[in-house]
Order: sequence, then C-alpha cells, then structure tokens
Amino acid sequence: MIGTSHYLALSALLFAIGAVGVVVRRNVIIIFMSVELMLNAANLAFVAGANSLGTMGGQSIVFFVMTVAAAEAAVGLAVILALFRNRQTVSADEIALLRG
Amino acid sequence: MSAFLFYPLAACALAGALGVVLARNPVRSALSLVVTLFFLAVFYVFLQAHLVAALQIIVYAGAVMVLFLFVITLLNLESDSGVRERPALAAAGFLAGAVVAILLAKGLLDSTVPDARGVTLGETFGTTKVLARQLFSEYLVAFELTSILLLVAVVGAVVLAKRTVEEGERDEARTMAAAEAETEAAHRVIAAHEAAHDHLDHGHAPHSGPGHVHAPAGGHH
Amino acid sequence: MHDLAIQLVGASGAASATTAAAVTAPYLRFIPLAPLVGMLFHVLLGYRLGRTAVGVVACGAVAISFALATRAFLAVMGAPEGTALVDPVYQWLASGEFSANVAFRVDALSSVMIMIVTGVGFLIHLYSTAYMSHDESYARFFAYLNLFMAAMLVLVLGDNLPLMFVGWEGVGLCSYLLIGFWYADPDKASAGKKAFLVNRIGDAAFLLGAFTLFWALADMGHASLAFADINAHATSLPDGVALAAALLLFVGATGKSAQIPLYVWLPDAMAGPTPVSALIHAATMVTAGVYMVARLHGLFEAAPMALQVIAVIGAATALMAATIGIAQNDIKKVLAYSTVSQLGYMFMALGVGAFAAGIFHVMTHAFFKALLFLGAGSVIHGLHEQQDIRAMGGVREKMPITHATFLVGVLAIAGVPGLSGFFSKDEILASAFAGGHYGIWLVGVLGAGMTAFYMTRLYVLTFRGTFRGDHHTWDHAHESPLPMTVPLMVLAALAIVGGYVGIPHALGGHNAFGGYLAPSVGHHELGLSVATELGLMAVSVAAGLLGIAIAWRMYTVEPEADADIAGRLRGLYRSMGEAYRIDALYDRAIVQPLMRVSDFLWRTVDVVFIDGIANGSATAARSIGGVWRQWSTGNVQHYMLTVLIGVALVVLAVSIGVAG
Repeated sequence: MIGTSHYLALSALLFAIGAVGVVVRRNVIIIFMSVELMLNAANLAFVAGANSLGTMGGQSIVFFVMTVAAAEAAVGLAVILALFRNRQTVSADEIALLRG
Repeated sequence: MSAFLFYPLAACALAGALGVVLARNPVRSALSLVVTLFFLAVFYVFLQAHLVAALQIIVYAGAVMVLFLFVITLLNLESDSGVRERPALAAAGFLAGAVVAILLAKGLLDSTVPDARGVTLGETFGTTKVLARQLFSEYLVAFELTSILLLVAVVGAVVLAKRTVEEGERDEARTMAAAEAETEAAHRVIAAHEAAHDHLDHGHAPHSGPGHVHAPAGGHH
Repeated sequence: MHDLAIQLVGASGAASATTAAAVTAPYLRFIPLAPLVGMLFHVLLGYRLGRTAVGVVACGAVAISFALATRAFLAVMGAPEGTALVDPVYQWLASGEFSANVAFRVDALSSVMIMIVTGVGFLIHLYSTAYMSHDESYARFFAYLNLFMAAMLVLVLGDNLPLMFVGWEGVGLCSYLLIGFWYADPDKASAGKKAFLVNRIGDAAFLLGAFTLFWALADMGHASLAFADINAHATSLPDGVALAAALLLFVGATGKSAQIPLYVWLPDAMAGPTPVSALIHAATMVTAGVYMVARLHGLFEAAPMALQVIAVIGAATALMAATIGIAQNDIKKVLAYSTVSQLGYMFMALGVGAFAAGIFHVMTHAFFKALLFLGAGSVIHGLHEQQDIRAMGGVREKMPITHATFLVGVLAIAGVPGLSGFFSKDEILASAFAGGHYGIWLVGVLGAGMTAFYMTRLYVLTFRGTFRGDHHTWDHAHESPLPMTVPLMVLAALAIVGGYVGIPHALGGHNAFGGYLAPSVGHHELGLSVATELGLMAVSVAAGLLGIAIAWRMYTVEPEADADIAGRLRGLYRSMGEAYRIDALYDRAIVQPLMRVSDFLWRTVDVVFIDGIANGSATAARSIGGVWRQWSTGNVQHYMLTVLIGVALVVLAVSIGVAG
C-alpha cells in the first residue's frame, strides 16, 4: 500500500540528489537547476502532507513556492548573465572571491 | 495509488533528477529537469492537487525552464567536464548525499505517517476554487507580498541583464576591431593567392584556400 | 599647645607593657614635617623662584625643626626622669591585634639625636647655599637635602620598628639621590647605585630581623613592634630567636653604618657633593645603625652573643679602616675611611654594653667629622676642585679660617685631651677595659694611634709646607665665603666644648650625658677605680700623641715620605692603598656569580622557556587557525558541502538512535 511515507521518501531522495548536484557541479547554471530540484522535492513533501492531513494549506504553500522560485529564477539568471559578461565564465571555481 | 504505478513513476522521476546532476551538457541537464517536473506533476494529480499540477506544468516547466534554456543557449555554453576538478571533494559530496538519501528515505519509509487522519478528502479538494478561496482569505497578505516580489524580480532582472553604456561601447569597439581584422585577413589571403599564382610557373602547388588564415573566431559573445 | 595631661603611654600596640610617663606634644610632628614641606616647595616652585628663595626655605625649614627640637629637648630635660614626649599622629597599620602607628616619641635618647641631626643639619644647609651656588641643579639639591632631613627625623622620632624602617629606607633613597647627584658622570651614578644596592642587602636583613622579632613576640601574645614593647619583652624571648633577630638587625646596621662587611659603599659615596658627605656620611645617616642598636638595647642585652659579635666587628672595622686611611691620597677618601673607623668605635661601645658611650661618640663625631668634611669642602672649593693631597700644601696661608677650624677637628678626632673626641673615645676604651674585653681595648688603642697618625698626615700635607700644585690654582686660591666659614667656626666650637657634658668621674665630673641617657639605654657603671681610669686615659692619650708626633715628623720634613714607604713595604702599602681590593673580591665572589645566574635565568628560563610558551601559544594558535582557515575557500559549494555533511551526520545520528 502506498502511503504518505512513500511520497516523503521519494521527496527525500530527490532532495538529496539536488543537494549533491549543488555541491558537485561546476557549472553555475546546473547548480541553479539543482536548487530548483531541491525546491520541487520540498513541494512534493508539502503536497503529500496536504493530502495526508486533508487541509489545503500545503497546496497553498506550494503555490507560493512556485511563485518565488519563478522570481528567483528570473533574477538569478539575470545575475548569471551579468556575471558571464564580466568574467566570461560560468565555472564556480573561478568565481571564488570570498577566499579566506 | 497502487504500488504498480508508483514505483515505475518514481523511478522515472529519480532518473530525471540524476540526469540533471550527472549530465555534462547543460542543455541535457535542463531537459532532464523538465522531465522530472512532468513526473512530479503526475504525482501531484495522484495526490489530489489538481491546480498545483497544472501550475507545475504551465509555470514551472513551461516558463521557468524555458527561461533556463534561453540563457543556456544565449551563453552558448559548451559541455564541461561535468563533475568538479577535485575528486576528493566530489567523492565526499556523493558520499554525504548518499548517506542522507538512503538513511532519510529508509527512516521515512519505516515510520508510520498517519494517512488522511480519518478524513476523507472531499471531491473539491485540490480544485482551483478551493485553493483560490484559501489564498484570498487566509493567505491574503502573503499573496499580495508575493505579487510585489514578482514586480521587484522583473525590475531587478531587467536592470541586471541590461548592458551598461560602457559595455555597449566596448562591445561595439570589439566588433569593429574584429571586422577590421577580418578585412585584414581577407587582404592577406588575396595577396597570398597572387603570390601563389606567381609561383605557378615554378611548379609549386597553390596554397589551399584560407587554411592558414583564421577569421577571428567570435572575439566576443 | 601641649597638653600636660599625663597618661599611660599606649602610643602603639595593643599589648603595650611600658609604664613610663608620657606627655602629649602635638608639635613633634612638625619636626620632620617642616623639611618635608620644604622639599615640596623646592620641587614645585624651586626653579621658578630662584636660588635665594630656595636657600632661605631650605635653611628655614631646618631651622624650624631645630627650634622645635630644642623645645622638645628642654622639655624632656626639665621633666622627671624617664618622661617622654609623644605625638600619636594617626593609625597606620592595623591587622588583628597588631598595629603600628605614625607616632613620634621623644625620650632622652631621641632628644639628643634630634638635636644633633637638626643642629648639624642646619649648619650644613647654610654651608651648602654657598658651596652649591654655582650648580645649576640648586633646587633639586635642596629638595633632596630637605627630604633627607625629613626621613632622618622620622627614623629617629618613630616609636616603632616599621616607622623607623620608613625613615631608614628614606635616608637610603636620599643617599642614593645625593651621591649620584651629578648623574651625568657615569662613575658618580654608579657610586650612588652601589650605595643603594649594598644598603639594600642590609635592609633585607633588617626586615628579616623585624619579622623574626614580630613572629616571636606575637607568639608570646605581644603583637607589637613598638620599641617600648620590644625592650620590655625581650628577655622572655627564646634565646635562639633573640640572637637571630639581634644579629639580623645588626647586619642591617652594618649596611647603613658601613661596618664589615657592608662598608664598601661609603668610600665610593665621596662622589657626591662634599656637604652631602658631611651631613649624611659623617654626622647623621651612618649613625642610624648605632641609634637603632641603642634604641633596641633591651633586645641586644637579651642576646649577649650578639653584643660580642658587634664588638668584634666594630673593632675589626675600626682597625682595618684606619690602616686603609693611612694610604689614601684623596682628601675625602681619607675622611671616608676615618668615618668607617670611628663608626667601628661606636659599635665597640655598643658591643661592650656601654650604649650611652656609643651615643656620646655619635655626638662628638658628628661635630668634628662634619667639621672636617666641611673644611675639606672649603679647601676643595678654594683650590678649584682639587682633591688630591699630593697636590696641596701650605694652604693655611691662603685659607686661615679653614685651617684653624680644620686643625681643631684634627685634634678632636685624635683624642687630644680637652677636646670632645678625647672624652668620648676615652669612655669607650674604658668601658671595654672594664668589661674585661682586653682585646677590644687593645685594638681601640692601636686604632686611636693610627687615627692620630693619618689625620695629622692629612693636615700636614694639606695645610703645611709649600704648595705642590700648579701656579694657576695657587694664584686663585681663596678663603671661602661667610656662609661656609661660619658653620666651620660653630662646629669647631662644638668640637671643643661638646665633650664637657660627659666628663667622667675620674676627672671630677659626674658624666651628665650618661646619666641623662640612662632612662633610655640603661645605666652602665664602669666599676673601675679612679687610678685605673686615669691610667687608661694616659695610655690612649699617649698613643694619640705618638701618632701625631710620628706623622708630624715624617711629613713636615719630607712631604714625599709616602714614596719611601711604598718603596720599602711595596705590596703591603699598595694593597692598603687599594683598600685590600675588597671590592674586587666581592665582585668575583658574589657579583659575578649572581650575574651568571641572572644571565642563565634570562637566556634559558626567560627567553627559551617563558617566551617560548608565550610565542609558542601564539604560533600554535596561528597554525591551528591556518589549518581551519583553509575551510574558508570563498567557494560557496564548499560551504554547501559542509552543510550536507552536517546533515548526513545528523541523519546518521538519528537513525542510529544516538539522538532525536
């Protein structure tokens, strides 16, 4: 029987994959996409929770997450564009200014 | 939802996710993400979140990912080496991620999460009407703030992505220089051809085409 | 102003056991206070208001002290025997049962001391106004001099050991400041440093003695360091303790009063201006040790072995210093060793139990030694800073007053009958003989002969014969101005009559001095027959006259006689001239090893070990930091990795069951 816990487990797996992606990849855009993946994993968890508890609150949150993710994607990609124009690179290794 | 459906669908979603993380070509990575989003939308439908599923496809897969693809193609990115250069860190990342993934999934599967606490979901659960009612009553403030956020994001994106005046001039200058270099190169080719013709009498084979002279390969993007 | 209410003295200490009558005299505090105020004046306003003002204030302050001291002295003299004036100023140290207060007390002993200190002090201040008139640090000089007076008076007036120690340290400080007064000259500065350091050793012993004393007294239930209490309970102290305390205190006295083994600073102290030598190193500070022993006579009497030690050291010092003095060529050095020698006599007196005789000699010595030093200063001044007697001679023609007064001083110190020195020295020798200390007596007689000898030598080579220096100096030689000659004359008069207060029974007197001091220091009957006493007198006088005669003969005939002696006795004479190279011995035996220890401590313990720890912890912190620093790569992905690892660990912990 597939229950909520299955969905939550799937969500966890997706989240972990996304996290690994953020850590491991060099290309900034792919890192960004991994972040989107993580967000979607969270959305799945919320929807599963809404289903489990019978309230619409979970889905409302998903609504907002999507909106914010869209805004974030717009701005973030604009930043990447500007970055690329200045540095001619999108490799995360070469954009390390906070070196301690 | 029966296990018969769940596991394959879940496997596909996971495959898509892995594709995002492991693909070398950024375009492939983006398309994998689109695939994942689609499968997630399927799950939303099964979880009685119809509007959310529709939004997922329309907004997320249809707008956001398209934007991603725009930028990828605009930047004309090539496939990179994929995983970062320091294998030790990458290995650590994989390991940590694996630990989290496996343990968390296993823990969640083993635990008992209460199912629909004795509440049967109504027929209207997850429809537009119900969701809208929630948004405009309980979460009204958040709704309004989010709209402001979108406005700010639009303005910000435009400002950030716009070229400044200097940059524009710089690019123009580069274009001009590139053009001049090209004409320079063309002249040299012509001269070489003429020289080659002079040598014809001596039996030398003419130089093949503009093999030595390279047009400056896109000095700027 | 003074309250005539007679009250049982409880000036300090909770368990005071004295029953002597005491009279409150609130003016006592001004005796040391006046010079202290004078010092403040010199420090704050001295350079702004000019030399005349400084001179007036300096001498005036001491004059005030002298006036008050006279009043106190007359009061004590007129009061019933054993009365003391007290002035409890305020409570200073208090801890449990113990208390030591700033409280002044004038009894017979201290009344004599304050008269000497303020009287001779005043004359020397007056002298200094002329002697130092060309010096640019005029105000600083009198500031130090006034400060010295204040400290010395505190020393003498204090009624308890801690307060006396304050004065003790104060005079040590002023001695250092004044010896090294011309500090720009490194030799002079070194001399000051040497004086201070050697004194310090004595002071350490003094403190140890005081602690021993207090510890033992407190054990017995009398937690007090007031002199009255110490003297009262000294006999009930365990023998070993009394001896230890007495000896430790005496070591302190050897430092301050320049006895073996801590006398080495006094000859070097001649680097200071001559008035300083006169005041501090002849008349007052160096007598502090003698005063201290006399003041604590109860303690010393309770430890007869200590008195033996004192007598022996005093005698040895007296003899040794006299032999060195014979071979010195600097006029001040001769007088310096003479001082050391005469101090030895004072300790001889104390050692045989004749405390009053010791104080008597303090007084007469103050008169004639100050006189001699001031006279030497006058000569040095007149001969334009010349101090070597080999380059002098015939000075009496140019400086008649100086000559006359100096001659009085020489005769006094040589023990010529009729002058003060005779009476005091004689009493000491008689006491030694009467006590059965024949060895001490013999040494004293020999010393007297030598004293007469080298003083006459000094006199002849300086004032008689023909001048052996250069013409230029001779032409400019002149008698000193009035502010210098008047004190000389006053001191000469005192050197003549000062002894008459102590005319012994044998000569028809009744030793008023000894009788006056008896309530303070105990009575010491000689127990000799008149004939014996006269006989002893004759012997010492003979020794003195013999010394004078030989020296006169030798040096008037042949001023270069020293060269002959040097030729014949060679090694012995040379080592006498070099003071037996004791300084070099101390250096090799004590100073160098200490320096080596100190060097080791520095190089190994401090630099390697302690600095190593300090620097090492810094280096360790830096290297640990250097390791951790690498985590801040600036690469956000690295940070994310850290977060991921953290999450993994948490999840791990939860699933294992350790947490959550």
